[in-house]
Amino acid sequence: MATLTLTGVRKSFGTNPVLHGVDLDVRDGEMIVVVGASGCGKSTLLRIVAGLETATAGRVMIGDQDVTALEPADRDVAMVFQNYALYPHMSVFQNMAYGLKIRGLPKPEIIRRVDEAAALLDIGTLLERKPRQLSGGQRQRVAMGRAIVREPKLFLFDEPLSNLDAKLRVQMRAEIRRLQKRLGVTSLFVTHDQVEAMTLGDRLVVMHAGHAAQIATPMEVWERPADTYVAGFIGSPSMNFLAATLEQGGAAARLGNDLVLPFADGPRTGKAGQKLTLGIRPEHLRPQAGGLRVMIELVEPLGAESLLHGRLPDGAEMTVKLAGAVHPDGELEVMPMAEALHVFDGETGKRIEPLDQSTTR
Amino acid sequence: MRRTFFRGVGLPYLLLAPQLLVTAVFFFWPAGQAVYQSFLREDAFGLSSEFVGLENFIDVLSDRDWRGAAARTAFFSISVAALALSAALFLAVQADKHIRGAGAYRTLLIWPYAVAPAIAAVLWLFMVHPSIGLFGRALNAMGVPWDYKLNGDQAMLVVILASAWKQVSYNFIFFLAGLQGIPRPVLEAAAIDGAGPVRRFWTVVFPLLSPTAFFLLVVNLVYACFDTFGVIHALTQGGPGKSTETLIYRVYTDGVTNLNLGSSAAQSVILMILVIGLTVVQFRFVERKVHY
Ligand SMILES: Nc1ncnc2c1ncn2[C@@H]1O[C@H](COP(=O)(O)OP(=O)(O)OP(=O)(O)O)[C@@H](O)[C@H]1O
Ligand SMILES: [Mg+2]
Repeated sequence: MATLTLTGVRKSFGTNPVLHGVDLDVRDGEMIVVVGASGCGKSTLLRIVAGLETATAGRVMIGDQDVTALEPADRDVAMVFQNYALYPHMSVFQNMAYGLKIRGLPKPEIIRRVDEAAALLDIGTLLERKPRQLSGGQRQRVAMGRAIVREPKLFLFDEPLSNLDAKLRVQMRAEIRRLQKRLGVTSLFVTHDQVEAMTLGDRLVVMHAGHAAQIATPMEVWERPADTYVAGFIGSPSMNFLAATLEQGGAAARLGNDLVLPFADGPRTGKAGQKLTLGIRPEHLRPQAGGLRVMIELVEPLGAESLLHGRLPDGAEMTVKLAGAVHPDGELEVMPMAEALHVFDGETGKRIEPLDQSTTR
Repeated sequence: MRRTFFRGVGLPYLLLAPQLLVTAVFFFWPAGQAVYQSFLREDAFGLSSEFVGLENFIDVLSDRDWRGAAARTAFFSISVAALALSAALFLAVQADKHIRGAGAYRTLLIWPYAVAPAIAAVLWLFMVHPSIGLFGRALNAMGVPWDYKLNGDQAMLVVILASAWKQVSYNFIFFLAGLQGIPRPVLEAAAIDGAGPVRRFWTVVFPLLSPTAFFLLVVNLVYACFDTFGVIHALTQGGPGKSTETLIYRVYTDGVTNLNLGSSAAQSVILMILVIGLTVVQFRFVERKVHY
């Protein structure tokens, strides 16, 4: 168990820059989920921590030890791979015992640890089997077991659930969380699935094009996304974005259709007429006359609620989530709930906090 | 697996016909002839022949010269296979490390396989010949008495090297394919588990290559036993004395030079049985044991 500190980690493959300086502080026992779209550099980041890739610049510390230059073998980390990467020619027992044997543990201790992990993961009856004789879910457990028996300083997971079917994924997700809490091992978990990220992480690192766009708790990321990318990435269905300008000395925003929305949480700094992007989640829209006119194009009934997909008169897409069953096609006027409005800079996409909060922060 | 269905049997047989014809004319017919001949004995002038049953076989198997050749062949084949396999494995591991995918290295290493045995032999001749060969002259200049035309052990060494060299490229292709078939994450998992490069090789890479290695072992033994005639003929003609005369070479000297057709045919049949045996072993093992 240990802390993990990344300082200014950069990585280029040839001339292709993939990571542009990532800083991260992971506390002892914390579960950090790295989430982002495909190709944003999540795996690269994880592999740098594991020692499978060398950072072009920056430092990796595990505990108080600088491991930047160390081989994977010397870092005392364990990793669970997307395709499990079990040794195909070894039995389940041998797979789990391999790392312990290399570390020269006495045989009884190896057997004790493997048995314990196998019991924990409910794979005690599979120990003599070869990986090809296991189902995907069982392989997943063996891969977990191989990591657990090592009792490493750090668990690294690279999309370990993405090859499982939906039901098993939910089950394994809960199991990984439970195990991680119980063992208290500091963990880095990579996924592109935002639900997985929200449910698993103590904190999230939302990656975007080689940057850490935001590092915060799941609720914080959801409630106060740092920029439009994070806002659009976290939350399903995605947040709606509306172009607007700053009005009334920073106290309100004017939308394209001259609708003026006052900010419930306080005024923003900035010139009158400054370009803004307003964000509003589909569930934070209420039907109300005099609001935004949405031409409904598609209704998706989900049982307890319905998703309405449509367009504003200017062509911008809008999704509205309403409680209850079917709503008629046609037109609907909706009003954003003022306290759920997100305000972003129209040019940079960065979140603009209300005055009083941004000064006290 | 893709399957294609034909209506009737006419077309499939028609399509197979050329291959079957070639096999029949160039394999089954001569093989049948050899079996037939092996039961006959011709008189000294080749005018008449009589049926002698298994006598040719008994003569061959009890011939001390033939047994010597058999022992020599075993030594030769095992040396060639061991050398060709280990060299190819070493090269494949290096290639896999540095040029993942492909590259000039791989092409270069595959060339020897395309070289005809006689030409390969001439290449080696230019290297090891005591008076015109590069290494041969160098060795003599350094005071090492080198003349494989006179020294039987040296002659054996030369034919082993030349034969192995020709087989390395074939082995290399298979080993490289095998290495590239090992998923990268498996090796990375081993690295994270604490295994250094050497241990990774012996505990993960090598076991995963063992089916390939076993397949190649049989192929190499068959090659060394039966396919090295050209190399030996061009380099040493089985000499000096009989020191590089392998079984296949003996079939040639007895049949073509000494015109002892019955004995030569019996020897061929014995070799045929040997190769069939090796192939059977091959299939049985490849299908079962060595697979993980
Ligand atoms: N070994 C490599 N050589 C060259 N480019 C690479 C290499 N590994 C990754 N990249 C590039 O780096 C970028 C980030 O890759 P990475 O695997 O970290 O993405 P990721 O966020 O894990 O994506 P995914 O969700 O698809 O796994 C990609 O554009 C990829 O093409
Ligand atoms: Mg990845």
